[in-house]
Amino acid sequence: MTSEKSKPKTIKTIKINVDKCNGCRACEVICSASHASPRYSSTNPARARVRVIREPLADIYIPVYAGEYTAAECAGRDKYVIGGKEYAECAFCRASCPSRDFFKEPDSDLPLKCDMCESDPTLKEPLCVQWCLADALTFEERTEEAAPQAAPEDVDAGLEALANKHGWARVRDALGRLAQED
Amino acid sequence: MRYAETGFNLEVDLTRGSIERVPTDPRLTELHLGGLGTNAKLFWDRVPPEVEPFSPDNLLVFGTGLLVGTPAPGCNRTVVSCISPQTRLFAFSMMGGFWGPELKLAGYDKLVVRGRSPELVYLWINDDKVQIRDASRLRGLGSLETAELIRQELNEPHAQVSSIGLAGENRVFFASIEQGRSSASRLGVGAVMGDKNLKAVAVKGSQDVNVARPAEFLQMCNEALQFIRVRAKNPIPGVMPILAGLGSPQEMAIHDEKWHTENFAWGNARHRRKDFWTDDVKAAWTGTMETMRTRLLSCYNCPMKCGAAISVDTRMCSYMMKCFSKLTYTMAAFSDLNFGLRIAQKATEHGVDAFSAPQTMAFALELLEAGILTEKDMPGLPADNEGKFYWLLDRIVRREGIGDILANGTYWAAKEIGKGAEEYAHNNIKKTEQLPLKLGMLNPIYFLMYCTGEKANITQIEGNFPQAPFETRAEREAFAADWEQVPDERFKQWFVEWELRGEKSIPQYPPVDATCEIVHWQEKMHYIDDATGMCAGLSSFPLKPPFHIHILPKLISCGAGLDLDEAKLNHVTKRNRTLVRANNIRRGLTREDEKPPEDHWRKRFPELEKKLLDEYYKFKGWNLDGVPTHETLHELDLDYVTEDFKKRGILPGEAASQSPPGSSKGGAA
Ligand code: SF4
Ligand code: SF4
Ligand code: SF4
Repeated sequence: MTSEKSKPKTIKTIKINVDKCNGCRACEVICSASHASPRYSSTNPARARVRVIREPLADIYIPVYAGEYTAAECAGRDKYVIGGKEYAECAFCRASCPSRDFFKEPDSDLPLKCDMCESDPTLKEPLCVQWCLADALTFEERTEEAAPQAAPEDVDAGLEALANKHGWARVRDALGRLAQED
Repeated sequence: MRYAETGFNLEVDLTRGSIERVPTDPRLTELHLGGLGTNAKLFWDRVPPEVEPFSPDNLLVFGTGLLVGTPAPGCNRTVVSCISPQTRLFAFSMMGGFWGPELKLAGYDKLVVRGRSPELVYLWINDDKVQIRDASRLRGLGSLETAELIRQELNEPHAQVSSIGLAGENRVFFASIEQGRSSASRLGVGAVMGDKNLKAVAVKGSQDVNVARPAEFLQMCNEALQFIRVRAKNPIPGVMPILAGLGSPQEMAIHDEKWHTENFAWGNARHRRKDFWTDDVKAAWTGTMETMRTRLLSCYNCPMKCGAAISVDTRMCSYMMKCFSKLTYTMAAFSDLNFGLRIAQKATEHGVDAFSAPQTMAFALELLEAGILTEKDMPGLPADNEGKFYWLLDRIVRREGIGDILANGTYWAAKEIGKGAEEYAHNNIKKTEQLPLKLGMLNPIYFLMYCTGEKANITQIEGNFPQAPFETRAEREAFAADWEQVPDERFKQWFVEWELRGEKSIPQYPPVDATCEIVHWQEKMHYIDDATGMCAGLSSFPLKPPFHIHILPKLISCGAGLDLDEAKLNHVTKRNRTLVRANNIRRGLTREDEKPPEDHWRKRFPELEKKLLDEYYKFKGWNLDGVPTHETLHELDLDYVTEDFKKRGILPGEAASQSPPGSSKGGAA
């Protein structure tokens, strides 16, 4: 896609103050409930778009938000050592990635991504922020002049994930079948 | 579809090594909700009174509350039940933290463990995949060390682990089950786990927990969170800080310990130190807390941060603590907070109850002082006081020498030691150690709660009604003005009229009938929480909590898809409470057991006390021996209990039956 005229865009930021986190996982709870359908009908932190890396004995409490889907694992990995404790490879990465089970739907393996609780009507704050009474999560919004970018749509990412799991041929078949049923 | 609950229990027989996922009867949810309610039913059906605590036939049940795993704030309780080695009664020890929700998310409402493994093992529950795994290399390790090693072995950093330390392995009667942020400490549940040769249970779950009416349910959760926000800025005026807010008492957050240190008894629950809390002490203890406390911590899906991570000589955290365990070791040893937090680290790794363990050690040292035990009984006992406590703790959890006797708690140890040692085991109810409190004037409300609380722990029955009247009527009226949590207006009236001295003061006021109602209300709220898995800290324990009798029926209904109103919830709760009692009556609990420690109050009133107990038993639908009557049992759909009681001669066999003619099978025995 070629760039059109530059126009203002809104940047939404969740500021994560790990010093204030008490490890309660309410952010995971409400995120997973709000993405259930019907809304709030079920809870399952494994489906949440935010996960708290919680290591009480190392005093580590780090909420990590689900970022982009990636089809292939990174060849170069990170491994953090904090306060003498060594963390699993990629422990703090945002990607929904084949190397681990974070940020994937538990049954289908479809990738999960934080959507900043975009909904209609717009919420005054994302739900994880609202449910974090410790104020470890705060919400900031600002407007910036910027060239629009071709962001991959969620559908693309979802299809790509399915294709990686089942192969393009089967995904095409399934799509054709579904289109006919429709 | 089942709502709030999963509809499955995980049944593990450690003798045979079998694992089964067993569907549960939805009718039981209607009758008992979950948690303690369904635990009590399971014990009634499957654990007859002949079963010994350390028998493979004793069950160890981890029962999550009905609403655990839903978004309801603070709903994270697991009720651990077994027959207690200490009381020999039906035990229910609660833990919060993170383990219970994880079990729900793995697809189970309860974990039911029976039998005894030939080798030390641990359980690994990962959704449908359940394994019994070798734990021999974990033998003797601390509870937290164990959890850490298991997470490493499984390569599952997010698994939640409940485990026992050396005390549980060695069947110390007051051994706990620890899970990091929380523990099931009371009544020796860890000893029964150890007897089953089960070192730990690790869980990870990734399944949905459903609620029946999502929009309404979530709105109620949001309202509760809003209530909590507002209350955080508006503590209740006129009461001490730990009673002004919500949550479990905020012992980890506060520094002012004047009330505990001057009103609670030191040593073996003996000595009041009325001028203890000086500026120097305050400065020193504040320094200790500020240095050793690394962070305040919440349980699963709760904002209250009642716990704390404590660091002992390391930048890392060493263990987690909450509530009054902050002071029990310090006060038992006449020491300071630094000592208390240090020894508690060892005690947590070994896995012992922080009420019973320090008191048992202080008891041993009193016996030494009195010459009932001698230096010969304690070879190698260090000369310094603190050293003595470390030494005793070590002997107890290893069951070495005198420790083998002390490991049975003060009641049983005193019996075994003899020579008048019983006089020193003076702070027990139903054979188990109580909070170290010694007071002046009998309080009728507390009298009944101490006598009849079947959890044998005052904090598990007290709560919503203030512990004492406020100084002036104006203050009491102000308190009552927005007191929406009371069942009805009479409770406000009783409180407003309640004076610190004069005619309308303790022990004669509140009058006997009001006392019965106040005790019943407070107890009822705990039984509701124990069935739903709601933490007492947001419901039955604090003054004016967000969850109460006018809110909970709807919350439970929207969550679990039941159709409850207050009357129906009261009925279910009465059924659960009565079934808990039935289990214990069948195991030999009698009126004789229902009394506070002799020296709890200096001023006692035998006639009033008798009347209180008589009237309360009647109020509860029990006969004068404290046995639920057949009318009560019938009204609660517990005719099967009546049948059993008749067979055992606990209720008279010829009692006029209310069941319709022809319903009795086989005629009178
Ligand atoms: S809700 Fe806030 S305090 Fe709780 S785990 Fe999430 S970020 Fe931490
Ligand atoms: S912003 Fe919304 S979608 Fe993103 S993690 Fe928070 S609750 Fe989930
Ligand atoms: S109130 Fe305190 S103890 Fe209770 S669940 Fe919340 S944090 Fe845990």
